[in-house]
Amino acid sequence: MTILSFSELIQKCTDENKTIYEIAQNEEAILSGDAVDVIRLRVLEDLIAMKEAVKNGLNSREKAISGWCGDDCAKLIEKFSGKPALFGKIFEKITTYTLATAEENLRMGRIVACPTAGSCGIVPSVIIAVAEEKKITESEQINGLLAAGIIGLIVSNKVQLAGAVAGCQAECGVASAMAAGGLVQMLGGDNREIINASALALKNILGLTCDPVCGLVEVPCIKRNAFLAIHAVTAAELALCGVESKIPIDEIVDTLKITGQLMSPLLKETSLGGLAKTKTALELEKKLHAQKPLQN
Amino acid sequence: MEQKSLFSVISPIMVGPSSSHTAGAVRLGLMARNIYKNEFSKVKFVLYNSFATTGFGHGTDKGLLAGVLGNSVDDTAIKNIFDNVKNIDYSYEYTEDISRHPNSVDITFDDKMTISGDSIGAGEIRINSINGFSVNIDGTYDTLLLMYKDRPGMISAVSDIIQKQKVNIASLHCDRDSKGGVASMYLALDIPVGDDVVEKVKEINDVFFVTNIRKLK
Repeated sequence: MTILSFSELIQKCTDENKTIYEIAQNEEAILSGDAVDVIRLRVLEDLIAMKEAVKNGLNSREKAISGWCGDDCAKLIEKFSGKPALFGKIFEKITTYTLATAEENLRMGRIVACPTAGSCGIVPSVIIAVAEEKKITESEQINGLLAAGIIGLIVSNKVQLAGAVAGCQAECGVASAMAAGGLVQMLGGDNREIINASALALKNILGLTCDPVCGLVEVPCIKRNAFLAIHAVTAAELALCGVESKIPIDEIVDTLKITGQLMSPLLKETSLGGLAKTKTALELEKKLHAQKPLQN
Repeated sequence: MEQKSLFSVISPIMVGPSSSHTAGAVRLGLMARNIYKNEFSKVKFVLYNSFATTGFGHGTDKGLLAGVLGNSVDDTAIKNIFDNVKNIDYSYEYTEDISRHPNSVDITFDDKMTISGDSIGAGEIRINSINGFSVNIDGTYDTLLLMYKDRPGMISAVSDIIQKQKVNIASLHCDRDSKGGVASMYLALDIPVGDDVVEKVKEINDVFFVTNIRKLK
């Protein structure tokens, strides 16, 4: 991908009179040597796998290897079936689908890393839930994923998308920015609105640390997926109303990178600080080690 | 800078829970299998650092074993791999070595070949040594690997054979233990070469080991 910044992306969209997803699929076609149709088919494969993960997650209460997590999605399904959520059906579906995917991930089910496995619930839940409720076509969902993809890709050109490098900013944070932009693309927003949605989402997660309890992709990762999916919708709604990020997105990405560098290593996926060092986390750690099988 | 694909951000389709500790582990296993290439009855894994301390909860042990047995990263059989593996003597050791990458493993087949690699994030991997010789294989290219007695002219002798196949060399690296000692060379290729090329390279004087390694899907 030759586009290394969002300003270059916007420039290219303007020069070629195209929307962001079109640039994304064209660039990927050039890079891979495949036709645009082939690229779209590959995205469709991802989309289908995302939908399968949601479906599997909705039907399971199985706990993870650790035995702590895996039944929160079921709680949402049960509650929402009797008493609707304050924010309505789309909120219900997004939160439920996010937990379904993130829980499916922790129980070693099949998911799509987007951009990482730890943040796999955010983009799919937003795309799939809104598409279902707003009767959005499969082709438009693919457009949404393509836009989300190029947004994540441009960020990843500057910052490696790993908690160990820049904290959760670079995982769930970037996923939320991808989902926000993808959602605006899917809803027919223009390029400026797409980029603003991503910028607003990204700006609001700066400083987010990665402090998983016992180093597992469970606490606080699973529920954080649900929060940041809704966060993406907030950003998309604001952007669609014409709200703009005063700080341009490229500068936000630079800030994310610098903030990641400033962040203590104790808070970057080492489980040596933050929530991972709380009294309760240490007790859980003890229990987990006790159940570890004898080593050969 | 190397251009990256959109699918580095919205893929892979994989079994969870961690791209580095699960998918990366499977890919390290797969790559080791591609390098060893022989049937094996015994495999030993030495897990380092974060692989050792948090690998259990991430299924890193399962992923590594599934990989050397040829399962892909999205194979739901990985979860129950221990129940379904018979006739293979597999074992794990857990240790710490701060000079190694946080997510690092040594894979030894049949006490004959040890392959070391790291899981460097987002499912990406890097094989960095084979039987103690440093390499840098990330699975994105078909690779020709050879070991030989260090001497002038080896690079041109090998590249001459590759060139005759009309195969483009994407990158080429050499390493040696000492001047005139044992050297290794690996060539990343745009398309794979066949066993006939391996045989031709073997015929070069002073070459004592050659293998072609398929890239990961």
